[in-house]
Amino acid sequence: MKILASVKRVPDPATTIRILPDGSGIATDNVKWVINPFDEIAIEEALRIKEKQGGADVALMSIGQQTWQEQLRTGLAMGADRAILVRADQPLDSLAIARVMAKIVADEKPDLVIIGKQAIDDDSNQVGQMLAEMLGWPQATFASKVDIAGTKCTVVREVDGGLETIAFDLPAVITTDLRLNEPRYASLPGIMKARKKELKEIPVDSLGIDLTPKLKIKTLAAPPKRQAGRKVGSVEELVSVLHSEAKVI
Amino acid sequence: MADVLVFAEHQAGHFPKTTLVAVNAGIELAKKRGGGKCVAVIAGENLDGPAAELAKYGMSKVVALEDPKLAHYLADLYAQAITALAKSLGAEYVLATATAMGKDLMPRVAARLNAPMASEIVSIGDDGTLVRPMYAGNALATVEMDGPIKVVSVRATAFDSAKPGDSAAPVEKAKPELDPAGLKMQFVSFNETKSDRPQLTEARIVVSGGRGLKSGENFKTVLEPLVDEMGAAMGASRAAVDAGFVPNDLQVGQTGKVVAPELYVAVGISGAIQHLAGMKDSKTIVAINKDEEAPIFNVADYGLVADLFKVVPEMVEALKKVKHS
Repeated sequence: MKILASVKRVPDPATTIRILPDGSGIATDNVKWVINPFDEIAIEEALRIKEKQGGADVALMSIGQQTWQEQLRTGLAMGADRAILVRADQPLDSLAIARVMAKIVADEKPDLVIIGKQAIDDDSNQVGQMLAEMLGWPQATFASKVDIAGTKCTVVREVDGGLETIAFDLPAVITTDLRLNEPRYASLPGIMKARKKELKEIPVDSLGIDLTPKLKIKTLAAPPKRQAGRKVGSVEELVSVLHSEAKVI
Repeated sequence: MADVLVFAEHQAGHFPKTTLVAVNAGIELAKKRGGGKCVAVIAGENLDGPAAELAKYGMSKVVALEDPKLAHYLADLYAQAITALAKSLGAEYVLATATAMGKDLMPRVAARLNAPMASEIVSIGDDGTLVRPMYAGNALATVEMDGPIKVVSVRATAFDSAKPGDSAAPVEKAKPELDPAGLKMQFVSFNETKSDRPQLTEARIVVSGGRGLKSGENFKTVLEPLVDEMGAAMGASRAAVDAGFVPNDLQVGQTGKVVAPELYVAVGISGAIQHLAGMKDSKTIVAINKDEEAPIFNVADYGLVADLFKVVPEMVEALKKVKHS
């Protein structure tokens, strides 16, 4: 079985976001870069499927700059077998990313593509679904449980109002939600082994895909700040202000 | 002049507030893009009643895609149907609310149309530019999209609901255009979290619990009396859901539900950036936490530094008195 997991390099979720004065982006001088938490869950799920099946080829892919090697090595250290870095220095929108992934999928022919449901910097939540449509494959988004028996896959999804179960044959695209699993830490032996694992670089321009962005970010701005509130000293005071001041009860 | 196709999600023929928000946003977008038409589409079975109901909300036309095959939502199935309709209508925008269904469906529609998509927009500029949150809502991005057709999902808390009027739009019944060879998914079951309480995304008051409640049992015995005394919906922080205290669909946050009620009461919630992303647009925010340094107090209008196990029952009693006074 072949599994492809995608990895995006994002600012650590605890980072205080500072928007540049000209609105062209965020300040990155003090940013700690990590694997998108949902992609970490995707890598972990791929590894668990591999362990359950008694073997599988788990490949990771990223589309980004040279520095993204760091995150791919972390994924390899967790236990993935090999990695592909599609080198792209320009910003790409979700459509372009999905197209690049579709090309890699056509070459690699995985049975399963598993990716985070959204990147915690962009928050678009589009790539997995777009990729599934481009490939003509089933999609199972916001997965909280994945079961594979042969080529039959059953996924429990976190939806509004509860949990939905869907089924389909592989190949398919799954996007991960928070409670699918808890990712393992890379072990020291894992980190050592990762250095020798294959990390292939492919220049994005060699793929012959039109990458012209159709969605462009014109400017970033800070959201309006809330007015500072105050502390109350007792339940009586709280109920009183909610009633007479805020007029919500 | 741009026409907008709005996907109107329904729950067994009933339209939640989140759908009426999409209709309103669709009408606004059509107006701001040169005064085009806003067409709403509903899909499923037995649509006569629901279509007639939807038609009162100010759009130009309702299209009812009726077929037993559409009884259960599936991404590839609905993407085919909605995309075919968008093309035949010559719509420039396809729009839906960013509910779980909207998030699952719309990017697939976008890819099928070779169109860009702006997710969870919070406002529409007079020139048709769109604003959407990034970095857990810590940045608002103004975005522009190119091409003959564009897809948009709207954040439910950012727009008002459409209001019903006196006139009804015409309803057109249509059969969905489907390619059976492309349908590869099967609906198995839906495990609904049953509750008599208002829905999180519709309630005027939301009371949320965090890790500070310490157990699912405490949610029931300590928090729920407050939730019910206030006639509120109940929410939770990610920590509480991860710990198994409450089901996943109660999670409020960047990657859970985004709510903006009149009153949000955060009980035993520290206020991580990701939680704030899901509730910081609430009109009035109250925080109850025994840690006075908890970040939640930075967004709270009223903060009570106290042991929740002591003050929440007190609050229930105090509210009962207010009700009877």
